[in-house]
Amino acid sequence: MVDSGNASAPKPSSSVKLVLLGEAAVGKSSLVLRFVNNAFQENKEPTIGAAFLTQKTALPTRTIKFEIWDTAGQERFASLAPMYYRNAQSALVVYDLTKPTSLIKAKHWVAELQRQASPGIVIALVGNKLDLTKGAGGEAAALPAEEEGVEGEGEGEGDGDARKITTQEGRSYAEEEGLLFFETSAKSGVNVQEVFTAIANAIPETQMKTSRQGAGGGAGGGTQAALGSDRVNLTGGKGEAKEGCAC
Amino acid sequence: MPHDASPPSKRSSDRQNSGDRASGASSNGKEHGPPSPGKDDNIDEPAGDARDFAESSKAAPPPRLDRDVRPPLPPRPTNISLIQDSGAIAGQRQHQSPRAQLLSRATTAISKADIQAQPHKDSPKKVSPTSEQSTPPQGPSQAFGSIRSLKGLGRSDAGDTASIRSFATTVGHGGDNESLLGDGLFGSSQDLPTWRLFSNEEGGIEPEELDRSEDEEIDMNFYKEFDAVAGVSEVGQDEEKLIRQWKAKQKHFLILTSAGKPVYSRHGDDQLISSSIGIIQTIISFYEANDDHLKGFSAAGARFTIMSQGPLYLVAISKLGESDTQLRAQLEALYMQILSTLTLPTLNHLFANRPSTDLRRPLKGTEVLLSALADSFTRGSAPALLSALECLKMKKSQRQIINNTLLRTRCPSLLYGLIVAGGRLVSVARPRKHSLHPSDLQLVFNMLFEAGGIKAGGGENWIPICLPGFNKNGYLYMYVSFVTASPSSSSSADNNNNDEAIENPEDISITQDTVAILLISADKESFYELRKMRDQLIDELDKNNSMQTIRSAIRQGRPAPTDIVPGTVIRHFLYKSKGNVQFMMPSFEPHFPTMLDRRKLLSLYHALHAGVHAKNAHLKVYHCISRNAVSLAWVTPLFELYCVAGPNASRNALAQSANKVIQWMKREEERVFIIGGAVF
Repeated sequence: MVDSGNASAPKPSSSVKLVLLGEAAVGKSSLVLRFVNNAFQENKEPTIGAAFLTQKTALPTRTIKFEIWDTAGQERFASLAPMYYRNAQSALVVYDLTKPTSLIKAKHWVAELQRQASPGIVIALVGNKLDLTKGAGGEAAALPAEEEGVEGEGEGEGDGDARKITTQEGRSYAEEEGLLFFETSAKSGVNVQEVFTAIANAIPETQMKTSRQGAGGGAGGGTQAALGSDRVNLTGGKGEAKEGCAC
Repeated sequence: MPHDASPPSKRSSDRQNSGDRASGASSNGKEHGPPSPGKDDNIDEPAGDARDFAESSKAAPPPRLDRDVRPPLPPRPTNISLIQDSGAIAGQRQHQSPRAQLLSRATTAISKADIQAQPHKDSPKKVSPTSEQSTPPQGPSQAFGSIRSLKGLGRSDAGDTASIRSFATTVGHGGDNESLLGDGLFGSSQDLPTWRLFSNEEGGIEPEELDRSEDEEIDMNFYKEFDAVAGVSEVGQDEEKLIRQWKAKQKHFLILTSAGKPVYSRHGDDQLISSSIGIIQTIISFYEANDDHLKGFSAAGARFTIMSQGPLYLVAISKLGESDTQLRAQLEALYMQILSTLTLPTLNHLFANRPSTDLRRPLKGTEVLLSALADSFTRGSAPALLSALECLKMKKSQRQIINNTLLRTRCPSLLYGLIVAGGRLVSVARPRKHSLHPSDLQLVFNMLFEAGGIKAGGGENWIPICLPGFNKNGYLYMYVSFVTASPSSSSSADNNNNDEAIENPEDISITQDTVAILLISADKESFYELRKMRDQLIDELDKNNSMQTIRSAIRQGRPAPTDIVPGTVIRHFLYKSKGNVQFMMPSFEPHFPTMLDRRKLLSLYHALHAGVHAKNAHLKVYHCISRNAVSLAWVTPLFELYCVAGPNASRNALAQSANKVIQWMKREEERVFIIGGAVF
């Protein structure tokens, strides 16, 4: 999307804050794990609170450093979500292709983001667990069917295709709302990298919080620079909060 | 007689006199003549101690019968005749052992099967074939195998259904129950092969075939303990079989609401447990309706302990022989875990609005934490037993440097700062006004080190958590970052190489060489502030070489008992410093390499612990001799020491070693424990 005009050696590097939202057990953490570590873990235990991870992605013209908030899907953590999406430039709203309620939840998140998050936020709608479906995403069909039994989080019914939400349904909703749309499998890795690359490309360069360039040293400093605004708020709220709890 | 800090040596030599004759010091017994039955000794222990305490030790053997609270029974000639009935062997034993008439505890009935079980368990090898031939009812006795294994394998009266039943109904007295079940499955399963190996290597008796098969069954059961019971709804599952599997578990934890809705069960899915939940709820509410709170009961060889906490009933069902008090502490921990997820006001609010609330929804995702907690209790957990923490041993000056680094890098919103290595505490920073409650740390450690989720996720974590010991009304926020301690893999830059480690979260080595930085704040927005503090902290710890210190301390591991007291007979011990609420233990190696060995060891500790903490027994020193181990509990206002030696160790040697351990602990106290910590 971005014209590759200048291909000089040290590409400009910028950090992008990304938040993952979605119902419990749709595979948010697994997507991140695939993206960050290129790994997959069966029966992953539920995230508690939120996990913070970073990963760099190289685009033709620049390097994007994702600062990822992987939030827990359980309802009781929902009230904490604003803290994570408040300054995010991008969001990944995930649902489970085999579970209709998860798309409803995803729509709620999209609405909340559009209402509350920063105006220019780039939202990607992601239908995960493509490996449990048949036919849809070409590569997924190649997966042996018996693996579905092993899949812990899957609501799969044992026959070949556990898909409950058609590609069309997801896509048309995404188009209505102006979201990026992907169907992925964190297990097989299908489309995972593509989602993040697409997000990186969709973020206008002006919105990026560019930090010092070059490799290495930029990492820590960049984060803190990007977070400067947060810290100002913190010092204000801290005093009372502490009193409140130290009773 | 027993003074608080009086060394056990004197007292145990008292016992030596009386014991050899009366309570059958098994160590001596083994050397000459047929061994006095191990379980018999087991039975005697508490009695021996009680007597000890009452200074009636040297008097006469008879008092041993009136252990517990039961009235003494009249002499029982029937006993002898039954023994003679069952074959010459038993009679022979009768002659050889002056204590044979004490084979069985006071019971209301004696069945043949019991007596036949005796020779199998205890008589020397040469005898066993005879006994097998000469006792036709062996079949039945074998058929009873499973029942007996529940009731305290091989205990003379434990196999006796009638007598068990008659005592089993005593409700809610830890001491009593302990005596009944405390040396139950695992008390007597100290007779299991591994334990018997010890006696073998020291010239003991050979295990017998019958025993072994039963023992192995139990072993197998224990290793299956943590296997999942499949869901009823799953295709092709035979429900009967599932229920059998479910019942075979040694330990169950159930949580239900007072309205009878299931909240949590360690084993089995809803459909499988629904009938049990219904029954339990009926039983509990029957008593509740009469304003009589049911605390516990025994049935089918299992101890049921019930705790009611507000809208919740928590039930522990254990065949592992813990006391009621110990089981209740475990239930308390599960309840604390629920509070730590929800906070007390939220929990009460949920049920005030709707008594029929389904709590599983708000608790969703924390089942793993409850199960990790439950499993650590099933495996046996010294921190839980002692409600104390374990620290990483290091030099005082080194710890001081780490403490100071924590204080120097402390950010304003920090409430508690902890450095934890391999599940052991390295350093704590805390405000002067607040100390850290061990039960809170137990929950935190459980979340981080027992349940693999957080560690396996990689990255940093920001976790809202309620620490009930600190304040059960609100959340704190915990920043967690794992730092790989081994320098070789400290950088995760090459992501692709990490796949293996991540895909194998149960790898214990991760726990072992991982340093966790925990920073706790009351401010939910302070993530980045704490994160910055973490960066500084790690930086400085690297600079002043403390990371290196921590690494080498981890690598060194716990010292072996023989490192602490050269040549000691002690195989393992627990030392709890009451003032510091911390404990120390040596390595499990070389004597307790497997999970089962450790479970047995912990069961022994549980028995000792229950013995010295029983309500009415103001014991200071508790000496316990069985065929498989000689053990000692020693309690003073300052410390609790529990130590275990091999079966043939002399009690004098054990007492001397115990004294030396105490001396060592005094000397090393400031290294082994965190005293004060970094206070701001």
